[in-house]
Amino acid sequence: MRATGGPEAAVGDVLLSVENVSLSFGGVKAVSDVSFDIRKGEIRAIIGPNGAGKTSMLNVINGFYHPQQGRITFKGETRTRMRPHEAAYGGIARTFQNVALFRGMTALDNIMAGRTLKMRSSFFWQLFRYGPAMREEVEHRHRVEEIIDFLKIQEIRRVPVGRLPYGLQKRVELGRALAMEPELLLLDEPMAGMNLEEKEDMSRFVLDVNDQYGTTIALIEHDMGVVMDLSDRVVVLDHGIKIADGTPDEVKRNQAVIDAYLGVAH
Amino acid sequence: MKSNATRRSSTPILVWPTDMDILYKVFVDPFVQMGAAPDLLVQTLWEGLVAGVLYSLIALGFVLIFKASGVFNFAQGIMVVFAALTLVGFHEHGVPAFLALALTIAVMFGLAFAVERLILRPLVNQPDIILFMATFGLTYFLIGFGELIFGGETKVMIADQLLLPRGAIDIKMAGGFVSLQKIDIAAAIIASLMVATLAIFFQRTRIGRALRAVADSHRAALSVGISLEQIWVIVWFAAGLVALTTGIMWGARSDVSFALEVIALKALPVLILGGLTSIPGAIVGGLIIGVGEKLGEFYWGPLMGSGIESWFAYVIALIFLLFRPQGLFGERIIERI
Amino acid sequence: MFYREAGQFKTNYAADLAVFPIMQDRIGLAIILFIAAVIIPWFGSSFLIQAVMIPFLIFSLAAIGLNLLTGYTGLLSLGTGAFMGVGAYACYKLTSYFPSVNILIWIVASGFFSAAVGVLFGLPSLRIKGFYLAVATLAAQFFLSWCFIRQPWFYNYNASGAIEVPTRTLFGIPITGATAADTTRYFVVLGFVVVMTWLASNLVHGRIGRMWMAVRDMDLAADLIGIRLLQTKLLAFATSSFYCGVAGALLVFLWYGGAEPAVFDVNLSFFILFMVIIGGLGSLTGSFFGAALIFIMPIALRYFPPKLGIPVHPATVEHIQYMIIGALIVLFLIAEPAGLARLWQVGKQKLRVWPFPY
Repeated sequence: MRATGGPEAAVGDVLLSVENVSLSFGGVKAVSDVSFDIRKGEIRAIIGPNGAGKTSMLNVINGFYHPQQGRITFKGETRTRMRPHEAAYGGIARTFQNVALFRGMTALDNIMAGRTLKMRSSFFWQLFRYGPAMREEVEHRHRVEEIIDFLKIQEIRRVPVGRLPYGLQKRVELGRALAMEPELLLLDEPMAGMNLEEKEDMSRFVLDVNDQYGTTIALIEHDMGVVMDLSDRVVVLDHGIKIADGTPDEVKRNQAVIDAYLGVAH
Repeated sequence: MKSNATRRSSTPILVWPTDMDILYKVFVDPFVQMGAAPDLLVQTLWEGLVAGVLYSLIALGFVLIFKASGVFNFAQGIMVVFAALTLVGFHEHGVPAFLALALTIAVMFGLAFAVERLILRPLVNQPDIILFMATFGLTYFLIGFGELIFGGETKVMIADQLLLPRGAIDIKMAGGFVSLQKIDIAAAIIASLMVATLAIFFQRTRIGRALRAVADSHRAALSVGISLEQIWVIVWFAAGLVALTTGIMWGARSDVSFALEVIALKALPVLILGGLTSIPGAIVGGLIIGVGEKLGEFYWGPLMGSGIESWFAYVIALIFLLFRPQGLFGERIIERI
Repeated sequence: MFYREAGQFKTNYAADLAVFPIMQDRIGLAIILFIAAVIIPWFGSSFLIQAVMIPFLIFSLAAIGLNLLTGYTGLLSLGTGAFMGVGAYACYKLTSYFPSVNILIWIVASGFFSAAVGVLFGLPSLRIKGFYLAVATLAAQFFLSWCFIRQPWFYNYNASGAIEVPTRTLFGIPITGATAADTTRYFVVLGFVVVMTWLASNLVHGRIGRMWMAVRDMDLAADLIGIRLLQTKLLAFATSSFYCGVAGALLVFLWYGGAEPAVFDVNLSFFILFMVIIGGLGSLTGSFFGAALIFIMPIALRYFPPKLGIPVHPATVEHIQYMIIGALIVLFLIAEPAGLARLWQVGKQKLRVWPFPY
């Protein structure tokens, strides 16, 4: 277990809870009757072998997929269907396995794009740029630069993201998610495709985000070492069902989990 | 359009009469008219089917190329015109009809080869929208080139020399006549044969399988050793043959001119209706659009000013797009993240 | 060595956010504006102003409009011609009903009409994208074209089906109609284009531009970060159609002096699209480059060969023009999909290190 020290002090009440969610595509059941919760301020890992339904689970929380059954309760409000921009306005941000950055824009613009929901100046003032629109742009630029400093990506600000190496792209994507000042950050395999050094950097960023900003984090990850070191609690999925839920140590020793990963026939 | 009865005339301006008047004019009167002269209705339906067959043929060319290379070939329409003009052009220079046909087929092959070399190969793996726009460029190039070589005047298709039937069959029915042009019947038969051949080709032959593989994924097809270049040449050539057939049949009915190119734009609503990847869809879509357009123009057109054929098909397609974007027979588009 | 950023530091974000941060660029822009506003009207021949500069500016404006929609927001539209037509006919009807109101006001107002129509035909963009949306815009194109031809109300029941522009004045000087001098008209058009380009530039460099580009690059991710997709797309349609509508009104009132409905057909839509593709999708300067190439090239084709002693038939010119444009489209898509604008940028990059090769 790690100590948290952000504005929300210790791990608190339930921020998001998933109840009896089932999701299928045509005949394929991606997720069957899964329930778990995420507490405020914690780092929750969602793990499981490939095809377990982890990304589908995140997509449901985000509102991309609508579950056939079940509910999501976020910050006390329960709903059966979430829309992606409702999730965004509600304080949920996300990164993707395949890096969903805006390839036509620079790193700076991508992160500034993350500030969109906080920007209020009207179309009319945007037409004239100098005036309220510019003031707002500068104000948000300050915040974005803080994030850029935090993620140490100053040199690549003006580089179109399509030209960046994979590891840096993931960092920019994290920056864009952070720019939304989310309460809940969903990370889909943030360490995928990285070497050891990059993983250490990214782990440090994840921990810092949780510590400094108090952001609750849910992450999907395959690297067991990362999961054990970073997370407060873990939920394990296999073939769409939840097979374990607890602290990293508890889960590590769970026979069902071991079987799932070693591929015992069931 | 030939008919044996006179059309009802009405003022072409959009007037604003009372509500009941409008309701009657739009929802009741046209059907009354249909019932009053059933032979006219059948004639209109037949005309619609005939136009529909030709739309289907053009759409077929699109589907072929799209199915097999993922490219939406906007130039299909101009290829129809180009093929027809080449055929007539050869004949005008004294080449006997069937030899001219053979030469035109060779030209279409050359065109397919050139397109593959100069456009498709350099643009392999680019997003579809880029390829789509490249076919715009191809269209305009062919328009300019065609006009330069053949001149812009309307030409007469060498239907007789190709042994296509002339004249009409008149059927007595419901107190009047319905006149079926023999050339239209021939067009329907030839189109059906063509569709059947293509369907068998796609489903049963090795090359057909390869074509379907390429449509799915260029990279994957390459990795199993399919030669993209050969496939593309084959498929564009096949589309060229379809274009030539269409050009001949259409030209036999109403002469060959560049106006045909704009008519070919009609194929787009057909494809939306039928689904971009479906051969039966192109046929069904074409027939529906053809009939719908003719009925719409004849019975509702006079209410609005006539000429609604120019956009009617598009509005039908638009409605489909809003409720069933994959068309009647197309595959559902699912976006995955 | 004279085009370098070294030594030009920015000490605050506002300065860093300037559209032309490099001093040399600003000087260049000032020179261009000077040429446009002073040199050309003073020294340019009537032919240059009437047949080259005025239409070039008007088409650039239309290209900017389409670029906002297709280049920045990624929504392919084949209805540009129709939206320009809406602007032209709206202006015509407005000035017919209210002849005493200043024509400039009606030109701007017609932009709003066009924007409204654009939003209406843009509604399907919620459910459909890409090629399918292009077909929907074709529906708009054909329907509106038909209206201009078949609904006599649009052309005031004129027997020929065409409209003729009445004389309108500004501060007592005629700016439309047969008596308007070409320099006068040039200044009006220049004014519109400069102001509207400035507004467009402001939009695309700020929040709105980022929203549009996000929708273009990955609309699902844009949705996720809180960008309202429908509103953003409709805003793009509205703004784009506004620009095209004003361009259409300028086309009829300040250049042609009249119009037949066939002017606003699908071919016009394609031409503007080609200007945008060749000039550079997603680039305002590209719109100008594209308009220059596509518009000026046929003039050059008609003008130069006779000077060199090669006789050229006017119809042939048009055919060759189509061939060249078609070939250029394909060439640009293959070699430089970002168009002339990117070539220009690359050129500037080389200029940065000149006279060294790299």
